[in-house]
Amino acid sequence: MRSDEALSAGAVAAPARERSRKQPGILGLSVARTVIELKQFFRQPQSAVFTFALPLLLLLLFGSIFSGTIKGPPGVKAVDFRQYFLAGMIASGVMSTCFNNLAITISLEQHEGLLKRLSLTPLPPAAYFAGKVASCLVISVIETVLMLLVATLLFGVSLPVDLVHWAAFIGVLLGGVATCTLLGIAYTRFIPNSNAATPMVMPIYLILQFISGVFFQFTQVPAFLQAVASVFPLRWMALGFRYAFLPDWFKMQETGHTWNIPLVFGVLAVWLAAGLAVTLRTFRWGRAGNA
Amino acid sequence: MTIAAEPAVAVRGLKKSYGDVSALAGIDLEIEHGEVFSLLGPNGAGKTTFVEILEGYRGRSGGEARVLGVDPAHGTRAWRARLGIVLQSTAAFEGLSVEELVAHFARFYPAPMAVSRVIGLVGLEGKRKQRWTSLSGGQKRRVDLALGLIGDPELIFLDEPTTGFDPAARRQAWDVVRELTSLGKTVVLTTHYLDEAEALADRVAVIIAGQVVEVSTPRELGGRARAVAHVTFSASDALAGKPLPVLRGEVRADDGRFVITTDYPTAVVAVLTEWAASHGLDEIPALAVTRPSLEDTYLRMIAEREARDGDKVQARALAGGTR
Repeated sequence: MRSDEALSAGAVAAPARERSRKQPGILGLSVARTVIELKQFFRQPQSAVFTFALPLLLLLLFGSIFSGTIKGPPGVKAVDFRQYFLAGMIASGVMSTCFNNLAITISLEQHEGLLKRLSLTPLPPAAYFAGKVASCLVISVIETVLMLLVATLLFGVSLPVDLVHWAAFIGVLLGGVATCTLLGIAYTRFIPNSNAATPMVMPIYLILQFISGVFFQFTQVPAFLQAVASVFPLRWMALGFRYAFLPDWFKMQETGHTWNIPLVFGVLAVWLAAGLAVTLRTFRWGRAGNA
Repeated sequence: MTIAAEPAVAVRGLKKSYGDVSALAGIDLEIEHGEVFSLLGPNGAGKTTFVEILEGYRGRSGGEARVLGVDPAHGTRAWRARLGIVLQSTAAFEGLSVEELVAHFARFYPAPMAVSRVIGLVGLEGKRKQRWTSLSGGQKRRVDLALGLIGDPELIFLDEPTTGFDPAARRQAWDVVRELTSLGKTVVLTTHYLDEAEALADRVAVIIAGQVVEVSTPRELGGRARAVAHVTFSASDALAGKPLPVLRGEVRADDGRFVITTDYPTAVVAVLTEWAASHGLDEIPALAVTRPSLEDTYLRMIAEREARDGDKVQARALAGGTR
């Protein structure tokens, strides 16, 4: 605000010919948004510690505490419970870095003016959402890779055995990221103010972890809680990851003695569609003219 | 800079209501290219609603509006890129430095200003690498200003831009606004500081209860230019108890201080000077000639309006009572 010399040097003046320049492309803007989202995510304690590091810490902690095996039919090697637990923690990590992350950060952005500020710039809404989805994908992939490293190096857990199981692993990961991202955005509709964000997100996350087969074997959870968990995506993501990481005989330990992979993707697809519908209908830019 | 024939902002019969409550009751206003136009009015008068409709943020209930030749309810990206907006409240930009933020917003625009120049313009060179979170309230406000200017806009909306600034920072912000107008930009300034409006605005509009009460230059608002002057001085020391000469005006004594309300302050001062000299004084203690400030005028306009509305309410109550 001081520099008269900078001003007289034409700090403010833009040559009129530049006016005709094209609007920045949506792809470049999406990349710019993704980079900014990642910077903000990893630099803030709320997201870096609770959303990103917490699932990793839980994996380390319970991986060190849990011992024992789940026995199969005679003649097959028993499964280390940590192998079971890893599948659940990867699913849980996806929920944390996508659902928890977006539900909390977007409601802060809505209630503390950032969304309003962005909506008054020429930034297209599509680039904003692309940045959210892409940054969640990057964060989830980093989280998952770190979990795989911890589990294989420290706990001797084995990786998917062949291409089919790797493909299932990647498919469930991408499906889980897409669904949890959309649900995180949609859920902000129900959060009345920024103070309510964390208390309205974390209990859901904790309860679902306990009843969806993350900390305990799913079939040992009381039947009515299994029924509740089966409504939500986390239980199905965990099942999909177990298919990828556990030997095929383990399906005898699952509900209905089958992996039921079609249902895994079916449930994710239904929630994805629901999340998309709620987002399209109710997302609040704070741009009241469009509300 | 090409000047379009159409004004920068043109609204006619602009209305906004929330249910039964009317926030804007038919506003007619034109803002020319290159002027600083200030919106004054008490809290809740509808200034921010009005500006938000012009920015395309809020829809309107009725009337017409054109901003840079476009209906703000149907603004495109290209139209948005020609606007610079500084909102009343600061948005939260956690985790980013001043430079990162400004550079990021620059990406949104087809022909932005240079990032370092905008940061310099708002006086944050020394804070370039500092995180937004660690800035003071006034510094965050300067970031808002930088984000509003980075797109090199033609029309700039400043909603209480200097709230929380210290006096020196306010003067610097004023210099920025003056530079913007010297480059042909149009500024719509909403403010509570009357001195700010007086220093910057070419014209001011006073909005009370959703209506434009007057549009004028700061100098002429509310008949200020024709208003009577006050000549004041202190009758202490040598002048104490001395009878006053005949003066063209109404004289009031107030605890050793004289106030002369007059249409002819020059003549009054001339007579007073001679009178003081005749008592051996070549300086009259605390002599001043004042006219009502913009603030005096503005406050009087609001008081008059409230009194009138109060009468109306009372009249309505009385009418109801006799029925």
